[in-house]
Amino acid sequence: MTGRDEPIVLGIETSCDETGVGIVRGHTLLADTIASSMEEHARYGGVVPEVASRAHLEAMTPTVESALAKAGLRFSDIDAVAVTAGPGLAGALLVGVAAAKAYALGLGVPLYGVNHLAAHVAVDQLEHGPLPKPAIALLVSGGHSSLLLVPDVAQEVVSLGSTVDDAAGEAFDKVARVLGLPFPGGPHIDRAAREGSGAAVAFPRGKYDDGTLDFSFSGLKTAVARWVEARQAAGETVSVPDVAASFQEAVVDVLTRKALQACARHGVEDLLIGGGVAANSRLRALAQERCDAAGVRLRVPRPGLCTDNGAMVAALGSELVAAGVAPSTLEIPADSSLPITAVHV
Amino acid sequence: MLVLAFDTATPAVTAALHDGGRVLAESTTIDARRHGELLAPAVERVLREAGVTLRDLTAIVAGTGPGPYTGLRVGLMTATALATTAGVPAFGVCTLDALAYATELPGPFLVATDARRKEVFWARYGDPRTRLDGPRVDKPHDLPGELPVVGAGGRMYADIVGPGRISGPEHPSAGALAALAAERLAPLSAEEAAELARVPEGRVDSVEKAQELSVLGPPRPIYLRRPDAQVPGAPKKVTA
Ligand SMILES: [Zn+2]
Repeated sequence: MTGRDEPIVLGIETSCDETGVGIVRGHTLLADTIASSMEEHARYGGVVPEVASRAHLEAMTPTVESALAKAGLRFSDIDAVAVTAGPGLAGALLVGVAAAKAYALGLGVPLYGVNHLAAHVAVDQLEHGPLPKPAIALLVSGGHSSLLLVPDVAQEVVSLGSTVDDAAGEAFDKVARVLGLPFPGGPHIDRAAREGSGAAVAFPRGKYDDGTLDFSFSGLKTAVARWVEARQAAGETVSVPDVAASFQEAVVDVLTRKALQACARHGVEDLLIGGGVAANSRLRALAQERCDAAGVRLRVPRPGLCTDNGAMVAALGSELVAAGVAPSTLEIPADSSLPITAVHV
Repeated sequence: MLVLAFDTATPAVTAALHDGGRVLAESTTIDARRHGELLAPAVERVLREAGVTLRDLTAIVAGTGPGPYTGLRVGLMTATALATTAGVPAFGVCTLDALAYATELPGPFLVATDARRKEVFWARYGDPRTRLDGPRVDKPHDLPGELPVVGAGGRMYADIVGPGRISGPEHPSAGALAALAAERLAPLSAEEAAELARVPEGRVDSVEKAQELSVLGPPRPIYLRRPDAQVPGAPKKVTA
């Protein structure tokens, strides 16, 4: 099936603070609309679940309508509805799942409840075409830091490792606070780091040589805070660019090292990086350098598709439809800790 | 007239279809934790039982609470999304109004539901159709006066409000919600109904205002509490 005969899938994502609505036809992206409540969370220094849930309810209908308008479609053109069933914030997921069920029921089309992490993997196909089977995926954001083996994103995804404490993006937020940079920290650290040296301070790399594919960022975060506090207590000025660059270097060093270890161990030649932290310029550069040296092909979707969005959910839904997977029932729960072994529910 | 009504603002997940004269189909399940799983199948079931499609509906009506927010949002999100696909208007009715409407009491009385955190959501009614005060959220000690208390909020705190004041029903029924909405929709023109769908639900101070405003509104939640969140101070030191 190609072109205009392929089914049109509406995707809904509400696992955190973004109300994302995407529409795809096969691997073609028709619309990707986002309403974010990030501004409301910024003053709290982190995402407040109840604030996010309230915002999803307000934003859903206008976001869906604007996605349809952008795609030049009407509700009656939609052939299937996909929704993030987990993992994520329970109350936030529930709003998206309720909306998706109502759209599927109202339109008389099948519903697909999908895994948020698998959707982060599937979205790259909208930009770079079919994903080689198997591939390794590194997903890094404020909510997740995972290494996945992806034999087939519609059928099977295997967890190889994940963070044992903070998510990588969380460490960026916390270090940004220590350095007096605003929330969310990722873009601010990235920007500050461009003026500094990644070799200025040798911050610890958690689990660097422990032989696992797991991550740990809590020790690094604390080490940065101690280092900064010690300098401040001594009345020294702290170079924000140097600390930002050195912290960032420690994070991306561990991330890329373990990602390439995963490729080597599993004999996989394709690495995909997704999640909000994939927008980090140093992560992209170092990953490219190390992939080139190891003969691994690197795929990173454009930043707008790396952060949480509805297109990724629609992309995975479309994959499930094409694979002939049975739709979900209207009884599916939102599961805040949905394991990656459940690509769809 | 055909009204599809549902409510997820209490442990009861309810859905009903009303033709302006009677309830055509109804579904009630008591489960405080599974609103998101139970509602859509219940809606599908009552539509099928009555042999009705969404496009046949005059309106979709959802309980706007107050009630625990996670469950409450399921009903309102469902109403809004169903309404946009079917091209029919969606309205909200205060959940406490539906409980009041279903009581046998001639009035006056209170309606109270579980607000968790040892509090109740409550409102005061002059008669089953007229809300005079509320909705509000308070400790059960602070419920006013001697009036009978309708709803689970009174039963849960019978030792505080006094067992003699407890009255029924315990939970709202979608049948009552649909009947109340149908009664209010019947005399309205399409334009008037559309106007009502935009009036925000709020506190009302007079009988006239209550009769005018308290029943049909937009399908938006009545929260009554601000989100729990604190603006952080300076970062905590990791070194003592
Ligand atoms: Zn994500």
